Amino acid sequence: MPIQYYLFLSFALFSIGIMGALMRRNAIIIFMCIELMLNAVNLLLVAFSKLYNDASSQIFVFFIMVVAAAEVAVGLAVIVMMYRRVHSVDINILNRLKH
Amino acid sequence: MIQFIYLVPLFPLLGFLINGFGWRTIPKNLGGIIGSTSVLASFVVSLLIFFEVKNGANATVTLFDFIQSGKLSIPLAFRIDSLSSIFLLIITGIGFLIHVYSTSYMHEDEGMVKYFAYLNLFVFSMLLLVLGANYLVMYMGWEGVGLCSYLLIGFWYKNNDFSSAGRKAFVMNRIGDLGFLVGMLLILFNFGTLTYTDFFGQLNNGLEPVRNSVYNWIAICLFIGAVGKSAQIPLFTWLPDAMAGPTPVSALIHAATMVTAGVYMIARSSLLYNLAPNALQIVGWTGAATAFLAATIAIKQYDIKKVLAYSTVSQLGFMFMALGMGAYTTAVFHVMTHAFFKALLFLGSGSVIHTMGGEQDVRKMGGLGKHMRTTQITFLIGCLAIAGIPFFSGFFSKDEILASTFAQNKSIYAIGIVSAMMTAFYMFRLYTLTFTGKFRGTHEQEHHLHESPSAITIPLVLLAVLSVIGGYVGLPAVITEHHTLSQFLSSSVTNGLTEHLTHNTEWMLIGISSFVAIAFSIYGYMANRQPNFVPNTGLAKVLENKWYVDELYDAIVVRPINQLSAFLDRFVERMGIDGFVNGVGKSVRWGSDRMRLLQTGQVGFYIFIMVLGMTILFALGFFWIG
Amino acid sequence: MDLFEILFWILTIGAISSALGVILSRNPINSVICLIATFFAISGHYVLLNAQFLAVVNIIVYAGAIMVLFLFVIMLMNLNADVEPQKSRLVQFAGIISGGILFLVILAALRDSKINGTLEKSANSVGLIENLGKTLFQNYVLPFEISSVLFLSAMIGAMVIGKKEPSNDLPERSPNQN
Repeated sequence: MPIQYYLFLSFALFSIGIMGALMRRNAIIIFMCIELMLNAVNLLLVAFSKLYNDASSQIFVFFIMVVAAAEVAVGLAVIVMMYRRVHSVDINILNRLKH
Repeated sequence: MIQFIYLVPLFPLLGFLINGFGWRTIPKNLGGIIGSTSVLASFVVSLLIFFEVKNGANATVTLFDFIQSGKLSIPLAFRIDSLSSIFLLIITGIGFLIHVYSTSYMHEDEGMVKYFAYLNLFVFSMLLLVLGANYLVMYMGWEGVGLCSYLLIGFWYKNNDFSSAGRKAFVMNRIGDLGFLVGMLLILFNFGTLTYTDFFGQLNNGLEPVRNSVYNWIAICLFIGAVGKSAQIPLFTWLPDAMAGPTPVSALIHAATMVTAGVYMIARSSLLYNLAPNALQIVGWTGAATAFLAATIAIKQYDIKKVLAYSTVSQLGFMFMALGMGAYTTAVFHVMTHAFFKALLFLGSGSVIHTMGGEQDVRKMGGLGKHMRTTQITFLIGCLAIAGIPFFSGFFSKDEILASTFAQNKSIYAIGIVSAMMTAFYMFRLYTLTFTGKFRGTHEQEHHLHESPSAITIPLVLLAVLSVIGGYVGLPAVITEHHTLSQFLSSSVTNGLTEHLTHNTEWMLIGISSFVAIAFSIYGYMANRQPNFVPNTGLAKVLENKWYVDELYDAIVVRPINQLSAFLDRFVERMGIDGFVNGVGKSVRWGSDRMRLLQTGQVGFYIFIMVLGMTILFALGFFWIG
Repeated sequence: MDLFEILFWILTIGAISSALGVILSRNPINSVICLIATFFAISGHYVLLNAQFLAVVNIIVYAGAIMVLFLFVIMLMNLNADVEPQKSRLVQFAGIISGGILFLVILAALRDSKINGTLEKSANSVGLIENLGKTLFQNYVLPFEISSVLFLSAMIGAMVIGKKEPSNDLPERSPNQN
């Protein structure tokens, strides 16, 4: 199984994540797309770990998960706050914040 | 004792620090005592060291490493040998007398303590200059004395003319200092050291593969420094203006010590100059031209201090003449005798100015001898010495200079003898106008005429004694084979090849110069018995206006520079630089006014732009750059 | 085609299709479900790549904890397909185009790259918990500790942001009280 297959797969997932972030206005969906992108990167790291028989990149996957979890906690809190204020999760309404 | 050499500059430095920091609180008398005592202490130490050096000691005392970088090592070290010990004695000895004199002379001045602080700082810098064991320490002292000179010329800074005179001195000195600096860097570049002993050692063994022209260039650059400091053509105009400072300052800095720093430097570098015959030619001719030009100007000056100033310039010219002949010890000899009699003359003139209530114009004096006998007699001795009347100190040194020029370059000798002639004339003109005849000033001034207090007269008497006997350390070869001074100096100064004159020639030269001196002294006395001051015309007017040198410099240097800077101010500064700076600000403001519109607050748009930028960066990175 | 490749293709198709489901479904709840499916597919890949421990952690942390948090928030806000804001067709198209271009650019770059190699199908012990633990606590102790601080601050931050703001209707101070 050539490594290129995994590269292709994770690029595809990453690009889908980007497309989602561009297409959708729902802040929560965008957030989920970011999680998807992170997972694409994780997959890549694991594939290389297998290729080079090295555990370090798997450790990095751990750290990415840690950061992602922290990010989700804070990010969702922000979204909840925003919903409480404007009763919407539409990012286009966010430009009201500048006032 | 020689290892305690650092005490010599330390005492004046302490005096400077005490007086300098406490000049508002220290009472005047105490300030004077601190200033004078510190120099006296230096003098005592110098004297002890001098006797050790006389017994053959010499040493380099390293205090600490000053600059240490790679192969370059410049320590803060002092070199004690015969040359520096002679200068030590001159500086601290005459310096002490002038300090004592100043305690009385400056007593009415509110800035007296500050004055003593400056004076001590000057002595410190001057000692650093002559003691340094390498050119860098000498350069530090060199700049230090320049600074003190500036501070003391402009001491009465409330007078605009005085402070601009200080500025002029400073700028002129800077021009010379640049030459010195370049010379120093050339030495460093070619020989890798600034320490005298190393440098001269390399010169002596002759192994250093340096072209002859390099020696000449170094010598000329150093000489440019000497020209600035010692007021030679073309940088001499600052010295007469420097008389704006208090008179003791003129005596100490602008006659006895600082202006001879150039002579010291060239004598110190004698080995270098011996290898640079072209540079020596330039030195000799510059000295001769200066001696002549300054003497002609001095003939027609009416300000008592201006006459002395031009005579100083002229005497410095004599010293450079001797240097140019390779007769370095002779130049140092003249430095010494000149320090005695010129300090005496300046202090005498200070006494006169003091009693005249600040009046310096000789046309308003006359007949002062009746009121101030000590000043008159000591001033007369000074005149006799400088005019070169036999058996006074100036006679021996000047005769030696003229003999050395006669041996090497007859045309310089001719210029020298004419200058000596004029020297005798203008000095006795000055003496006659000041001390004999009838008083020409106001009644009120006449009422106040009195002899100066003892703090002023005692230094005068001491200096007068020195002016008489100072020449006997260097009797001419015809009288005795034993030239004390030149033998003493031979351990540190190497004279160039001098042709020895036969005894007959030398007697003849002595005869000529004695005759000239005596004849023109008498002529100067007779011609000014009944002075009538008509406005000068023709050549005399040119002389009175100093050959219009200041006006010439003004026209060819000062005004073009002013115009250039006005031009640069208007076009480069205002339009170019300001325009550029303001333009940057304006364009940023204009641009941000436009860019602001990009900030829509639409997060989706931001993400879009981000992805786009990322894509472009990837594409660039992968396909064009990587 | 052996078992490895069959599983690979199944999981790949599953991952991509469910990822597309995330971005295409109108109802946020469906998006979350699709994302969970994606994570499961990715975990399957981890197993294929001998990263068994990571596969388990991925399911527990991502599919279990994080996605439940998402679901919770969505249900809290009562979001559904009816209130889902939609971008205009043009913007959606632009998004797809730019994402596609990025994909193509990266793929094109990949074609020139020198990364080559074949993944062995035999199992190895790199991904076992023992190995990972050793690596983590030998080489990455400091980042590990720092990440705990990050967690703490994220926790505090989430609470501070999420708690109700103090009401602004405190009585105004009169100026002459000072």
